[in-house]
Amino acid sequence: MPRKRLARGPKSGKQRPSRSGSAGKTKKVSLVQLAHARSGDKGDTANIGLIALRPAYYPLLEKEVTAARVARHFRGLITGRVERFELPNLRALNFLLHGALGGGGTLSLKTDAQGKVFSTALLRMEIEVPGGLRVR
Amino acid sequence: MAARRNGIVRIASGQGFWGDWLNAPVRQVEGGPIDYLMMDYLAEVTMSIMQKQRSRDPALGYAKDFVPLMRRILPQIVAKRVRVTANAGGVNPEACAAAVIEEARAGGMQGRVHVGVVSGDDIMDRLDELIEKGHALTNLDTGKSLEGVRGSVQSANAYLGAFPIVDALARGANIVITGRVTDTGLTLAPMIHEFGWSRGDWDRLAAGTVAGHIIECGAQCTGGNCMVNWERLPDMHDPGYPIIEATADGGFIVTKHPDTGGRVTRASVTEQLVYEMGNPVEYITPDCVADFTTITLRQSGANRVSVTGVRGNPATDSLKVSISYAWGFKAIGTLIYAWPDAYKKARRADRILRTRLERLGLEFDQILTEYVGVDATHGRLAGLPQPDLPEVQLRVGVRAKERAPVERFSREIAPLILNGPPSVTGFAGGRPKVEEIVAYWPALIPKSEITPRVTILEA
Repeated sequence: MPRKRLARGPKSGKQRPSRSGSAGKTKKVSLVQLAHARSGDKGDTANIGLIALRPAYYPLLEKEVTAARVARHFRGLITGRVERFELPNLRALNFLLHGALGGGGTLSLKTDAQGKVFSTALLRMEIEVPGGLRVR
Repeated sequence: MAARRNGIVRIASGQGFWGDWLNAPVRQVEGGPIDYLMMDYLAEVTMSIMQKQRSRDPALGYAKDFVPLMRRILPQIVAKRVRVTANAGGVNPEACAAAVIEEARAGGMQGRVHVGVVSGDDIMDRLDELIEKGHALTNLDTGKSLEGVRGSVQSANAYLGAFPIVDALARGANIVITGRVTDTGLTLAPMIHEFGWSRGDWDRLAAGTVAGHIIECGAQCTGGNCMVNWERLPDMHDPGYPIIEATADGGFIVTKHPDTGGRVTRASVTEQLVYEMGNPVEYITPDCVADFTTITLRQSGANRVSVTGVRGNPATDSLKVSISYAWGFKAIGTLIYAWPDAYKKARRADRILRTRLERLGLEFDQILTEYVGVDATHGRLAGLPQPDLPEVQLRVGVRAKERAPVERFSREIAPLILNGPPSVTGFAGGRPKVEEIVAYWPALIPKSEITPRVTILEA
């Protein structure tokens, strides 16, 4: 049961300045400030569509929200791999999280058997953005 | 064609799933001009529920709500010449059609209602023959052969596409009732029928498929479940369900009736576009393979989003098959623990319960514990709970192949109220219900094995 907790970094909504190599000043921003999302199911796979709130945010999402980062974000919560697809036309990324729904459909014992709130679970992720980026 | 106004065909979505808002189709018919009303009733497991109903009564096995709905709107759709496409037929479209015909006659609409029935999707009785022919019906997710669960199969249906519906419309049906037809086909079919699109016109078929995907979940593209500015969405007590204004070139507008709630924006439409999406380059239907990376969206007015540029690729040679089979049993029990130390108490209760289940020697395929108010939606991502939570719901689910251990589990929750941690409540619902698990088995079948049937009945 969830005895182990990860409480790294600031909670959503806060920004803090940090250094990131030679890229100059950056800050950490949680995805909920940059994107909206909708998630659903196909069998035991959850899909999350992540959509930039502004056109300028899309390249940041594409660069930072990689399949590997998403897999790390959901580590322990899913049993399979993560795939990512890009839809620059919709300024959206689509993620497939395999083994996410405890068997999926009617087999699943989970409250979120259909993966409906994986969307906001992803929006908890924080990414590095340029220090000067205007966010809500 | 009478349905067209200035080359525009208006297709309204009236139902996003079996159990959606009952007022929606009525609002769509009354709220302004529409040419078609499409209604999607079938989810993956719906067919098995319907199969069970039919096995008890051969006159059942379809979305029963559809009949009283038709009673309510038939006079208007006949008067306004609105045509209906609905997969309400489930595993018994003939019985559904017969019930609607009866309503039409009772309403004095003899000769004015023609019901098209689309069937041929049901392959339950042909399974052995198909397996013998070498179609393994391998599970698309697990790679296993159907042989292993053959004995527990409860329903098997191939997904038909838009063209059998087109056939029914061409033969004069004003209400088309289908079995397992794709959700998108219900919207695409009227476009093919009205505009005369050909079977190889992949771009236009893909455009109609995208339109179908956008409106197949009802208000989920008009503000429902949309995150952006959700608090400021107007009049969500009366949400406008989506309407497609289609043109012959494949371009279309997503909109809704005036004086309805909700909002049609790029954001609301985009959220629906990515819903249940796999590889966006290949959205596969029986009719075509749509490429969602070619879609161009533009806010063309208040509550109007234009969709253009959709490209498609040739359809594949197979149809998806949705098979349901009896897997076993499950039950979910809940108790609510109150302040102080609500979370601690709930966790202790879980440990006690698990020890008791273990000592009883019960074997489960899985036991899952969630703490509603702490981790049920986001797991560990939610972080540590507040120390002072007012309440926490303990939610324990079990599943097993056999009924007996699940049955016994269902009797182990209530005793905790008197013999477990204090300040516990929320047991008004009684013992957890033991449910049969009917699991879903997706597979493929060559198109050549499936012959859709279309019949027209007159009231």
